[in-house]
Amino acid sequence: MAQVTQVGARVASKPSFKARFQESVRYAKQWRSHYVFMAPFITLFTIFTIIPVLSSIYLSFTYFNVLQPPKWIGWSNYALLFLEDDIFLIALKNTLVFAIITGPVSFFMQFALAWLINSLKYRTGYTLAFYAPSITSGLVMSNIWKILFSSDMYGYLNYFLTRIGAITQPVLWLQDVDTMMPIVILVSLWMSMGAGFLSFLAGLQNMNEELYEAGRMDGIRNRLQEVWYITLPMMKPQLLFGAVMAVVRALEVSSVAISLTGLPSPLYATHTIMTHLQDYAFIRFEMGYASAISVVLFVMMFSLSRFFMRVLSTKDEY
Amino acid sequence: MRLRFRRRKIKREPIGIYIVLGLIALVMILPLYLLVINAFKPLEELFLFPPRYYVMNPTTTNFTDLLVATNAAWIPFSRYLFNSVFITVVVVTAHVVVACMCAYPLAKSRAPGVKLIFNFVVASLMFSPLVTNIPRYLIVNSLGMIDTYWALILPGIAGSMGVFLMKQFLEQVPTSLIEAARIDGSSEWNLFWKLIMPLSRPAWATLTIFAWLSSWNDEWSPLVFTRSEAMKTLPLAIHTMFSGSNIIARAGASAAASLLQTAPTIMIFLFLQKRVISTMAHAGIK
Repeated sequence: MAQVTQVGARVASKPSFKARFQESVRYAKQWRSHYVFMAPFITLFTIFTIIPVLSSIYLSFTYFNVLQPPKWIGWSNYALLFLEDDIFLIALKNTLVFAIITGPVSFFMQFALAWLINSLKYRTGYTLAFYAPSITSGLVMSNIWKILFSSDMYGYLNYFLTRIGAITQPVLWLQDVDTMMPIVILVSLWMSMGAGFLSFLAGLQNMNEELYEAGRMDGIRNRLQEVWYITLPMMKPQLLFGAVMAVVRALEVSSVAISLTGLPSPLYATHTIMTHLQDYAFIRFEMGYASAISVVLFVMMFSLSRFFMRVLSTKDEY
Repeated sequence: MRLRFRRRKIKREPIGIYIVLGLIALVMILPLYLLVINAFKPLEELFLFPPRYYVMNPTTTNFTDLLVATNAAWIPFSRYLFNSVFITVVVVTAHVVVACMCAYPLAKSRAPGVKLIFNFVVASLMFSPLVTNIPRYLIVNSLGMIDTYWALILPGIAGSMGVFLMKQFLEQVPTSLIEAARIDGSSEWNLFWKLIMPLSRPAWATLTIFAWLSSWNDEWSPLVFTRSEAMKTLPLAIHTMFSGSNIIARAGASAAASLLQTAPTIMIFLFLQKRVISTMAHAGIK
């Protein structure tokens, strides 16, 4: 009985649709100027991003080979993708393995390094050094890593290992199914100081120093407690940005894998969803199918990011 | 001078952190280091295998080779340089302003629809650009912008990562500060330029770096959206000049070109990183 009245009370206290609509209109009128602020971006964003995305979602339900007009085929692309494309399942598994390792590791590495650098007085040089892999092109990158892992005796790693007697014949690092994925993960981690890293640094600079003093008075003893109780909660907006970018980068892995191990890679050992997409989009020109792959990838990323948005939400905290 | 130094709370510099980070930094800066020394290597050293991480006989012939190679082109090289600088400056400036203007209501407004727009912005980050390129080309084409500067500028301004980044930072601007300014009779336009923008300098300085990087290095848009040689930008011109068989014949000039192409980015990066310093957003409220 008590429960029923409670529910009844809740229904009664909830404003009617009409009232809520009127309130929205009132707010919209009050904040007219804010729509003007958003207008330039929204216009360009709609034309150059939203419409192309919606068209690709449409294309995922068609057969489209770029030359002929797209032909509607319903859910066939998706059925093919999940039921008959064995390679896609391999790509899915590889992507998940890659993402589960590089996502969290790169996220924590970015925060830890930004935090350490922030405590230094001469930080610009260090920032440049850590961001360098993101500035220079992939050409220089492959120059370094391909020679390090080269499969003949000239490869630095093979040379070093034979020299100390660990191996007697060169290892095919970039062709061996067992070593390919770990190397791609390693190189990706090396390259992972990206957008998240710089935004963490900027966020740390924006911290309210008084909070640290207040924390010390409230009994915070060491730097680790300081990070956990003050820095991390205050940096939630930047952490969310970094987390979403880490999700996108971890699930969108392709260029590192392709430049190190080729497309397609031996036995599909480093085949990911993104390389699968590139295979269909630019080698086989099956744009409809490629669009379906990108929709699946989008759904994965979006649901994962929703989780982070819930954990790191900052509703009315400031 | 010495007096002022003493009066400040003297913080001991953590030497251990400097050393450990320095060692990691050595590995991270390798590509940048290679980029610089390759530009000064004579041809025979460039083709050494395995490559050396130092130069035996440094030379500047690569740069003179580059001059000769660029003078032979039938479009003056300065044209590519102008295109690149012009497009990048316009895109970066416009993008930062437009993204900040959009992010302010997204972070602080109670206007209806704001949350939906923000979700769209974040979601669009996750859609692979590889498949949206064809529809985007068709749109640019139907607007009649192919082979004009518009095609290289307008899509560049519409990037959604900048809005996401700025919205996250603007959330941290104290709402009480904004409301105080409103009570003092400030218009929203004034409030945005006089309060929000100065307070969020670390954020938009960082955003400027991202915008510069993506616009300056963009080879794809000029390749697809332009047809005439005079509309090409620097990265595309360098790429076409040194791809295929030229990568061997002009390896030295190519190394010099890569260095010259990256140099402005590094300078911008250093200049802006120095400006990512505390703005004391919290000093205003007690």
